[in-house]
Amino acid sequence: MSVVETNGKQTVLDGMVAIEMLDKYELIVIGGGPAGLSAALSAREHGLKRILIVERDVDLGGIRNQCIHNGFGLHYFGEELTGPEYAAKFVDRLEGQSIDVLCDAMVLEIIPGEDGHVLRLMSMEAGYCTVRSRAIVLAMGCRERTRGAIQIPGTRAAGIFTAGTAQRYVNIEGYMVGRRVIILGSGDIGLIMARRMVLEGAKVLACVEIMPYPGGLARNIVQCLQDFDVPLYLSHTITKIEGKERVEKVTVQEVNDRFEPIEGTEKVFDVDTVLLSVGLIPENELSHVAGVEMDAKTSGPIVFENGETSIPGIFACGNVLHVHDLVDFVTTESEGAGRAAAEYVLRQEDTTHVRMCENESYISLVIDESVAYTVPQRIRVLRIDDGVRVFFRVKAPHKTPKRIVFRDGERIVASFRRPYMTPGEMEHVTLQRAELDNVSGNELLISVEEIR
Amino acid sequence: MFDVAIIGAGVVGCAVAYELSQYELRVALIEKENDVAMGASRANTAIIHGGYDPEPHTMMGKLNVEGMHRCFELCEELDVEHKKTGSWVVAFDEEQRVTLQMLLVQGIANGCEGLDILEGDVVRLQEPNLSDEIVAALWVPESGVLNPWEFALAMAEVAVRNGVIFMPNTDVRDLSWREDHYEMGARVVCSGDETTIRARHVINAAGVESDRIHNMVAPPAFEIVPTRGEYYILDGTAAGHVVRSVVFPCPTRAGKGVTISPTIHGDYLVGPNAEVIDDRTDTSVTRSALLDIADKARRVVPDLDLRTSIRNFAGVRSNSTYGDFFIEKSATNFIDLAAIKSPGLTCAPAIARVARKMLCEEGIPMERRVLWRGGRRVIRFKEIPEEERAAFVRAHPLYGRVICRCETITEGEIVAAMKREIPPVSIDGVKRRAGTGMGRCQGGFCGPRVLEIIARESGRDPLCIEEDGCGSFMLIGETKDPTCREI
Amino acid sequence: MKEYICIICPRGCHLTVDEENDYAVTGNGCLRGVAYGREEAMHPTRVVTSSVRVRSEKYPRCPVKTDLAIAKSDVAKAMLLLDGVELVPPVHRGDIVIASLFCGEANFVATRDIDE
Repeated sequence: MSVVETNGKQTVLDGMVAIEMLDKYELIVIGGGPAGLSAALSAREHGLKRILIVERDVDLGGIRNQCIHNGFGLHYFGEELTGPEYAAKFVDRLEGQSIDVLCDAMVLEIIPGEDGHVLRLMSMEAGYCTVRSRAIVLAMGCRERTRGAIQIPGTRAAGIFTAGTAQRYVNIEGYMVGRRVIILGSGDIGLIMARRMVLEGAKVLACVEIMPYPGGLARNIVQCLQDFDVPLYLSHTITKIEGKERVEKVTVQEVNDRFEPIEGTEKVFDVDTVLLSVGLIPENELSHVAGVEMDAKTSGPIVFENGETSIPGIFACGNVLHVHDLVDFVTTESEGAGRAAAEYVLRQEDTTHVRMCENESYISLVIDESVAYTVPQRIRVLRIDDGVRVFFRVKAPHKTPKRIVFRDGERIVASFRRPYMTPGEMEHVTLQRAELDNVSGNELLISVEEIR
Repeated sequence: MFDVAIIGAGVVGCAVAYELSQYELRVALIEKENDVAMGASRANTAIIHGGYDPEPHTMMGKLNVEGMHRCFELCEELDVEHKKTGSWVVAFDEEQRVTLQMLLVQGIANGCEGLDILEGDVVRLQEPNLSDEIVAALWVPESGVLNPWEFALAMAEVAVRNGVIFMPNTDVRDLSWREDHYEMGARVVCSGDETTIRARHVINAAGVESDRIHNMVAPPAFEIVPTRGEYYILDGTAAGHVVRSVVFPCPTRAGKGVTISPTIHGDYLVGPNAEVIDDRTDTSVTRSALLDIADKARRVVPDLDLRTSIRNFAGVRSNSTYGDFFIEKSATNFIDLAAIKSPGLTCAPAIARVARKMLCEEGIPMERRVLWRGGRRVIRFKEIPEEERAAFVRAHPLYGRVICRCETITEGEIVAAMKREIPPVSIDGVKRRAGTGMGRCQGGFCGPRVLEIIARESGRDPLCIEEDGCGSFMLIGETKDPTCREI
Repeated sequence: MKEYICIICPRGCHLTVDEENDYAVTGNGCLRGVAYGREEAMHPTRVVTSSVRVRSEKYPRCPVKTDLAIAKSDVAKAMLLLDGVELVPPVHRGDIVIASLFCGEANFVATRDIDE
């Protein structure tokens, strides 16, 4: 490829075809929700000057814009905010920062390169653009698991929504999605929508959860179900949806420990709406196509201690990396990624540093059956100043105190006590640099163990 | 007064309309649902069958290969997404190998070319994910997959462009001969009003209802045996590479069996089963059928991961007691194109030609339409070459706004679909034309946006826009409106 | 005897509150649980979040919240008060949408800006 400069824009001749390549950014952040906003602001704070945020919706704020309930910001701001208020705090901070923002735009492809990463993106306003940036932060968030993914038998009548889509209709567009509702899944989104629908005048007949324990926060069980006398059926699932054009009724059955429906336990509910809150999946199509190494356990990229993916200069944070429970942690995680992106860009001129980074050694965090996943998955010890925060989830609920143990072979490197843990609440611990320096091998085993 | 009324706008009815639109005839295409291809035509395995399966003395056998060739031609002419993937019929033991040999002979008799039986190891070089237990397979190069509802729509759109009147939401309740024409009493679905349609000739392409229509004018000659088939759609990205061609098990009396097939969208279809049901309109999926399909499919591709499924659906076949296509002139000026089961989709263009000949024989004057405008071109953003995109979006900014993120479908494509000869009236109508909502998130992201665009382009109230068929309203009112509350 | 799940921390202790015994609380894992249990039993309050109509094509609804928690028993009535509201842009975060709910100190306030 040869490069010709015209009017400040580089025209790259790729074979015989001229592609107009915009080369003006040090960092492009894909996604303008809490993750993207914090990453961009942090990168700015740490010295980058040419930053672009690309957002697919018409406004910044991401999914927070439709989460009109409160409960956000307790950890980060010390106050309880609604979703729009939480997002606004970061959008406000963009003021005067000269961070470019392109809304109502979609990134179509990421083509990683040694000389900077190329993005193809487009919007009505900007047209179809090819842009190169030194660093990229992936902050695309997640999508909802659908009915097809869990194969609920029955008809495909109208009135079946994922909870998030229903939330958008109700909160942003102002439409009621139904009168008599049943909710599948007791994760927070389902619980929040149970309350929302009741408050708007619908009857919510039940919340049905396949696991023997609820998926969402206890606070939401109380304030969304108990407050409104919505019964919660644990170890149950929807086994049939009926209705010709619109949902008319739904059959719910108890399940055994292999999650198979138990005959004879059928309960029929007269409803016209089913809201599905059956899981969130990080939205990594772009990452996948770019060749970023993925972790099947998180459905997100494998990252190092600073949020960098397997491709140098591409970082990930927020729900695209792993599904969070509290947006406060999305913010701190994303600040870290933004800072790491800034450091990466500013150090690229330092060839000694660049050479050192190639073949840099790392410790892999290895889990056993008691742990679902960790983020990060890899730690480059030499990069750590004081310590590294490791997020993880347990696989089963632990109602009594346990310890989380990090082992280097047989030797315990670090151990943390927790009074209780549950899969629905992401945990975190901090490993100290000194502890990591002592690790002899290149693996750290993490497991949940009894307290001696 | 119409010259010809076609009852049923499934793929057969649309193919006939396409055919007849080429003549100076007043044609009505009558359909009881609110759109084209709402029955089995949109809920099938989407295969262009090679032609080895039906027996040579049957109508199916006589029309399959001709239909197959015509399907590929028409898909090119009408810009319908399709792929000549070829197909395999696999055998697990020597008894089944004999069946393959029988199919090969039968295929040759039906006019198939390039058929070959290959050993299991050779087959696995082409399809590495196939079971080690497969001993041999029949290779059918002249076969493939297409977008079945787009096929029906494309033919219907050309027909309407050339003067055919499409009458949706029109449920024919009675039919009687009046000296020189037919009087059809129909109920307008959703409003309940009655209407009468008159035509000199009637063509019955009513699918699962074709026996009911036949019985209005002639003594019963066949009975539809509604046979439901259920499917999984697996996400192409999540599933990885599964198969390159269509893979069939050996056929049995019940039918062609559980197939694993690539779709034109890059996903995989797994299914169908075959279950006789009472309610002809029951397209629900059942746990037992889905488990059964999973078992059978995993026999062929042992590592098939059905957790990558993004959707299940079912279609009801027009199987019948007759066992073949019922293509007959059953009464004065009345042609049955009834009991069209598999390979009905493949044979549709050939069936349409037969219908045209039969009409001709009925004495109807068939003058070629001089200014017939055929062909069809659809702009799909994804298909625009990389180097042309910037200029195209500059010239047509609506194509710069991505609405369906999973499939990269732009607002320009949706607006263009709203302006075609048969505009969509529902969210799924847009889905079938522009491809929105067919991906990983199944319309979760694009749904509200598509609704907004339909409302804007058609001037309709969003509350009156259906998800699919007549009456399938998504939204029941506005928030803050006390009249739409339950409590 | 009333039963509550404490929501102060994620532990979710199961509390029992005895109204006939000066609202004595048992089952709590810490002192904060005692305060929560008594509040829930004696005068439970909630912050209410909802939305109101806006005269805007682009933003037909504006999210609102009560700036203080109100009595749980007043929540349904508070929701009905929102039916009659229609905001006209521009709207600012914190703008009072309905003042002094039920003659108390809590107001419904807007939680986002709407410019057009």
